[in-house]
Amino acid sequence: MSANSNKQPETGGFFARDRDWHAPALTPEYKTSILRSPQRALLSLDGTISEITGPVFGHSMIGELDNDLIHNYARPGESAIGERIIVHGRVLDERGQPVRGALLEFWQANAGGRYRHKKETYLAAIDPNFGGCGRAITDDDGGYAFRTVKPGPYPWPNGVNDWRPAHIHFSVFGHGFAQRLITQMYFEGDPMIWKCPIVNTIPDRKAIEQLIAPLDWGQTIPMDARAYKFDIVLRGRRSTLFENRLEGN
Amino acid sequence: MVQELHRLKETPSQTAGPYVHIGLTPNYCDIRGVYDGDLGTTMVNDQTLGERITVRGRILDGADTLVRDAIAEIWQADSAGLYNSPSEMRGTADPNFTGWGRCPTNAENGYFQFETIKPGKVPFKDGRPMAPHITLWIVARGINIGLHTRIYFSDEAEANAIDPLLLRIEHRQRVETMVAQKDGSIYTLDIHLQGPKETVFLDI
Repeated sequence: MSANSNKQPETGGFFARDRDWHAPALTPEYKTSILRSPQRALLSLDGTISEITGPVFGHSMIGELDNDLIHNYARPGESAIGERIIVHGRVLDERGQPVRGALLEFWQANAGGRYRHKKETYLAAIDPNFGGCGRAITDDDGGYAFRTVKPGPYPWPNGVNDWRPAHIHFSVFGHGFAQRLITQMYFEGDPMIWKCPIVNTIPDRKAIEQLIAPLDWGQTIPMDARAYKFDIVLRGRRSTLFENRLEGN
Repeated sequence: MVQELHRLKETPSQTAGPYVHIGLTPNYCDIRGVYDGDLGTTMVNDQTLGERITVRGRILDGADTLVRDAIAEIWQADSAGLYNSPSEMRGTADPNFTGWGRCPTNAENGYFQFETIKPGKVPFKDGRPMAPHITLWIVARGINIGLHTRIYFSDEAEANAIDPLLLRIEHRQRVETMVAQKDGSIYTLDIHLQGPKETVFLDI
């Protein structure tokens, strides 16, 4: 048990989302966004209990191989083909506090850039030992880790010759439904990053850099797997100093 | 100079993409054997308290075309108006109700569908009762940041009329974009991402 396990759960409202930091809804270079972006203004509302609360998942739901994409779909004794890597990091909130017990789900293409999905038609081969999904729940420091193979870049029908950089999709639950986040992780040094219309939906270069995981030589396991570190920041909560309303919140 | 705040910036959102099912509903897209089942497919069991209902809807783009590759997630209170969350300080929610569900929009008919219970009322920040509602969150290819909205119920007209969130909608004809229509035990709501019938989406 953590020394902090007796701490009261946090119940404050969340910091307002900085929607200039995130991509806008309409980003025409990413063509699908044209018809799938709302055109009316969002209705702004300080979070109510419906958004301050959220589902929290127990560590018991996580299977032994859930965070090992090299083996969790492989036949016994076999493993996925590709550059073996470890992806690890911490989930923090905007105040720098670790987010404990956060469920992370990740998915990706195989080493050749091929997804295991019936809608996918790319001619690169399926890896019979690679499914492409994994999940983990953060520990008391907000830490997580998984093993996988580095995904390959992937062509897609947007512009005539658009390719996605190597990337891993992340879905994150914090403690409140307003923290719900889906994003993508990219790899340090990939020249494809700056050509990608999906990356470039994000207006601020510093925000894009927040999605690029550096090679973490220190955590690389000799003769086994290199490591990349990807920290994730979820919305912070206000302290509850003045949140105790007489009416109840 | 003043002190620095030392706040971190939130990780920017990116689209969930067309293959979101691989990560969130792998069994739905025939990746079997990794997880026992897909998370969020079952919200209730035999002991769950409350009125059983089905909540369903379709998502349509700005050309009224079905969005068949979305994932919908819902979050709601139990029949007594309590959330099954550690941040719920008003009491203990029904342990037989998860409050959270996840469903892909169907590749053929475009519907997402949840077997759930009618939620009780929960208070707004100033204590006024909010009408029974379900929080809905949508991600898909082409959506850069997940869209939040709410599902209200057509047979709660009295409560809807004084709901603090619905009262804030300036263009009153848009209120109905958040109200699911009842037919027996089934409530149906179409979500329009864009256009004249555009759903009210929230920044919360």
